[in-house]
Amino acid sequence: MKPMAGMTISEKILAAASGKDYVRPGEIVDARVDMAMVNEITGPLAIQTFKRIGLKNVWDNQRIVLVLDHQVPADSVKSAELHKIMREFAKEQNIPFLYDVGDGGICHQIMVERGHVRPGELIVGADSHTCTYGALGAFATGIGSTEMAAVFATGKLWLKVPSTIRINVTGRFSDFVTPKDLILDVIGRVRADGAIYKAVEFTGPTISEMDISGRLTLCNMTVEMGAKTGIIEPDEKVIQYVRERTNRPFKIFRSDEDANYERTLEFNVDNLEPMVACPHSVDNVKPVKEVEGVEINQAFLGSCTNGRLEDLELAARILKGRRVRKGVRMLVTPASSEVYLKALEMGILEVFVRAGACICNPTCGACFGGHMGLLAAGEICISSSNRNFVGRMGSPEAQIYLASPATVAASAVEGKITDPRRFLGGA
Amino acid sequence: MKVSGRAIIFGDNVNTDVIIPSKYLTSLDPNELAKHAMEGIDPSFPSRAKSGVIIVAGRNFGCGSSREQAPIALKYSGVKCVVAESFARIFYRNAINIGLPVLESPGIRGLVNEGDTLTVILDEGKIINESKNIIVKANRLPNFILEIIMDGGLIEHLIKTMRGERYEV
Repeated sequence: MKPMAGMTISEKILAAASGKDYVRPGEIVDARVDMAMVNEITGPLAIQTFKRIGLKNVWDNQRIVLVLDHQVPADSVKSAELHKIMREFAKEQNIPFLYDVGDGGICHQIMVERGHVRPGELIVGADSHTCTYGALGAFATGIGSTEMAAVFATGKLWLKVPSTIRINVTGRFSDFVTPKDLILDVIGRVRADGAIYKAVEFTGPTISEMDISGRLTLCNMTVEMGAKTGIIEPDEKVIQYVRERTNRPFKIFRSDEDANYERTLEFNVDNLEPMVACPHSVDNVKPVKEVEGVEINQAFLGSCTNGRLEDLELAARILKGRRVRKGVRMLVTPASSEVYLKALEMGILEVFVRAGACICNPTCGACFGGHMGLLAAGEICISSSNRNFVGRMGSPEAQIYLASPATVAASAVEGKITDPRRFLGGA
Repeated sequence: MKVSGRAIIFGDNVNTDVIIPSKYLTSLDPNELAKHAMEGIDPSFPSRAKSGVIIVAGRNFGCGSSREQAPIALKYSGVKCVVAESFARIFYRNAINIGLPVLESPGIRGLVNEGDTLTVILDEGKIINESKNIIVKANRLPNFILEIIMDGGLIEHLIKTMRGERYEV
């Protein structure tokens, strides 16, 4: 079939992965997967299921990444058993990419940081936030454990080619206003189901200016509006970032001028304020100033959304020389051992410790509500993570507000939700 | 393929954290997971679902994490089928892959009350509300997805397909 219009980057990657010249939204393709990732929550079920299929070997042991991150170090015998299943599978299948306790971190950070994500690739992960990797120009999406078992067996997956919503961003962020505030603003407008089954492509001068860390934050949270993936055309910054981490060749795809977008939404960040997602849904978004003064019990800085070096650095600008308010506990969870080490070398961790914050090991930790940093009934947490669902971080009677690292740090100092811009000029 | 049961109604954006809270994900036992199905939203759900029920929900059912334990918990608690205005995509795929029928039917929420007796005819994309004596149309699943559900899930389907030779589509 002759193409009638150009293709988006997502369509081009899916066409290439399924050996076609042209695909259109709605078409179902059988695609070849470049990399597959599981963690210890979804992996053991995938491994168990793979064994039921009865094949001796996985399709390609160089294309599978296993990460222990959700509950590390093991907090219970049950967790320890899941970790053991992962380690034994890596050994059995001779999979070199097992990221274990002490040499790893949150799976999504590991995937980009250790060079497992390259532009133009099709990547699946048994974790919903796999969509993060679109920041590097890959088509990356979350799948379940059974499907992952089938990928382990065949290296293939059926996918429906999504239509694309374009988010075009212009303007300059004010100080202490971040990509997290932008993506919360976007989700507030698009709503929790506004992008179901669709790709969300970010374009515009603000995105070109943005660092890799900020782009990862944007793409990471596209699943909170239902998207199949978030994606950004790779530029020189991306190419350099990837080249520093892998020798594996890759191909750059870009959206055609006449590509078909289902719709384009324009955002300008010149006047964007710090935003917060209020309990109990990610699309319940308001400017921070509307909820300023809400007293908090816990402040959480971490997660695959905002646990990178840039996030810790930003929070440290506010916490330097200050103390976390008495009666509030602040948890800091660097997203990986690499982030941890750099933050240590730069003196950022010292700022946190002096401020009275608790530094935790790299893990999904409090965001996942599995093994640490849990909330009691009636408690309120401000968090740099991605979900504020009922019971997400502990008691179903706790409340979670999602915000940027700057807002989390400012709120920790004041003991109540606070606009970080109050700390401008080092007041 | 036909399934029947009484309807249990839920709203919009039911997420996987309430379908099966994180703290139970260390278990690989489907029956253990089933004991906590919907605990975050309705702790009485497992006892209500036991007799075999059909969930009727609003938009974006199953949003949030990729945990396959969510459809597994529902299936083993007695849910025969989930009919919703729309689904979150990972939950939708997971349900099909473990053999829990799911059907999209825009408008369904207004046509079913709690406790109504429903019969879902999957291969026709049709829902019969026996209590109200009406037939509701749903989006019919493509044949290859119906095949997966009828085989009992993706793995059973894959094993069937692979028999004798390696899976190639």
